[in-house]
Amino acid sequence: MHIQLGGIDYAILLIYFAFVLGIGWVLKRYMKGSTDFFLSGRSIPAWVTGLAFLSANLGAQEVIGMAASGAKYGIMTSHFYWVGAIPAMVFLAIFMMPFYYGSRARSVPEYLKLRFDEKTRGLNAISFSVMTVFSSGISLHALAKLMETLLGWNYDACIAVSASIVLVYIFMGGLTSAIYNEVLQFFMIVLGFAPLVFLALKDIGGWAALKQKLIPVATSQHFVEGTWTQSWTHMGSSLENPMGVGWFGMTMGLGFVLSFGYWCTDFLVVQRAMAANSMSAARRTPLIAAIPKMLFPALVILPGMIAIALHYSSGNQFLPIGKDGTPDYNMTIPALLVKYFPTGLLGIGFTALMASFMSGMAGNVTAFNTVWTYDIYQSYIAPKKSDNHYLWMGRWATVFGILVSIGCAYLASKFNNIMDMLQLVFGFVNAPLFATFLLGMFWRRTTGHGAFFGLLGGTIGAAIFHGLALSRGAEVGIKGGWIAKEFIFHSEMGQNFWMALVAWTTCFVLTIVISLATKRTKTDQELKGLVYSLTPKPETAHEPWYMQPVTVGILVLLATFILNIIFW
Amino acid sequence: MNFDLRLPLGIMFGLFGAILVIFGAVSNKEIYEKHSLGININLIWGAVLLVFGAAMLFLTWRASKKAAPAKDQKKKDAR
Repeated sequence: MHIQLGGIDYAILLIYFAFVLGIGWVLKRYMKGSTDFFLSGRSIPAWVTGLAFLSANLGAQEVIGMAASGAKYGIMTSHFYWVGAIPAMVFLAIFMMPFYYGSRARSVPEYLKLRFDEKTRGLNAISFSVMTVFSSGISLHALAKLMETLLGWNYDACIAVSASIVLVYIFMGGLTSAIYNEVLQFFMIVLGFAPLVFLALKDIGGWAALKQKLIPVATSQHFVEGTWTQSWTHMGSSLENPMGVGWFGMTMGLGFVLSFGYWCTDFLVVQRAMAANSMSAARRTPLIAAIPKMLFPALVILPGMIAIALHYSSGNQFLPIGKDGTPDYNMTIPALLVKYFPTGLLGIGFTALMASFMSGMAGNVTAFNTVWTYDIYQSYIAPKKSDNHYLWMGRWATVFGILVSIGCAYLASKFNNIMDMLQLVFGFVNAPLFATFLLGMFWRRTTGHGAFFGLLGGTIGAAIFHGLALSRGAEVGIKGGWIAKEFIFHSEMGQNFWMALVAWTTCFVLTIVISLATKRTKTDQELKGLVYSLTPKPETAHEPWYMQPVTVGILVLLATFILNIIFW
Repeated sequence: MNFDLRLPLGIMFGLFGAILVIFGAVSNKEIYEKHSLGININLIWGAVLLVFGAAMLFLTWRASKKAAPAKDQKKKDAR
């Protein structure tokens, strides 16, 4: 599959890069200290942090990946949004931001140090740093690979150019630069892909015609007619749908453990909310992000569904066929771009795609340089230095982070299994985390020993479960079952959701048990502002209704619930 | 504090909109038959982007107007 870009398309791409670098350059003068560089001086308005919050999470893996899932699984993919993101974002906004923002912690690991102890901070800081820099590398690799496949560009050149651009604008303008560019990227993605949805939907004949055309897609794969267009009806058991997941695994594994584990504890997104200019703005940030997030399925999943309908109705002509005879789902968005976008708009769409990769990368790099500088370097290597020293360190941590990302990108290109391994490790580490935070924020009796060993235990529990579980048709090894084939799952996704549940429960139970068995090391006074029962509730009664986090949160949840019902 | 983000947003999308509108007007209309269902999507979407860019610039201008009288007031109060 080859895309021909015209002169106008290249011009658009270059203009975009000029703006991205220009913004970094203009912001350089505002970077006077480490708080400016790592936390934007906590001065950013809520609409900016809200859109950046969403955009940092939106790597191109989401745009490409969700469209691919839309083609492969149909509207069930919406669960990643309406079940697996919105509730967690609302919870973060209402219940957890007061602690993240109010405690003046400069990072998520720092909250753990204030709440628990150094070893818990260290465990989280180290695992997060490694994961986030690997994530960045994977984004970089995926970007370069895609450009090579679609345009025939040189892989090494793509890596070098993309990495350099991100490096330069973060080096100059710190978190503010990353945040501003993320908002730019958000609008690029929405304005770049909206016409694609419009044209594709018009071409297929509208939603009703799409539903009709998706029937053979379902029946030819031995599923009931409506499986591609009904998100809950076919979730009674994992056998009824192409995702191979039942409603319980989905709601608890994805909806609760994995999504809360990500949205509520991943510093990548929380950092954007921490940069807001007030407590009220910080709490509204995830809510402001939740509103477009609710509507994103129309932007990314719907095109995927249209693509698979086009593929089947054209006799398997639309999507390129992969080596195993099934469609190459990752080519969904590129195939749609090639079909519907003439030169001109193609430049916008293509730039939007590149923008989405880069916003993911930049988010990871800013999270890394902050955690490295404050939680590893300042805590364990060189404490008590001047603020200027840490600012200097932050800049060089950015360089270091980008270099390691490049290394990870090359690793990912050489060893296909690396990506799988990393997804796995992320699962092991992320799943138990939310249990630790939940107990830390809502139960004053949780101790440092409980948190640390609970977290460790949850991670090990995840690994053990993985060793005992396998999905149908998978080989023992990286996919699981390396201890014994005890639990057979219908699909890898189902297996991962259940592993997350096991990890979370292990961590939860262990943390409680060990906390009860160990002495508290912090008094109630020290925990003020860090635990729910010991913190005065933020005063919001004087704000208008649309600025009240609880009111907006309830409205968002209601709207999401209605969406779930509409597409039941 | 930091500069208003709506300024570069407005300029960039205004620029993109202008490019698409101009190209849409002068381009060979065949490409729209081939791709976008015969619709001159460059012209139409270019116009949308132009409007978006203009809206951002308007909001920037309005915000700077609000800040200017406030600054003058502060200077007056300080005397």
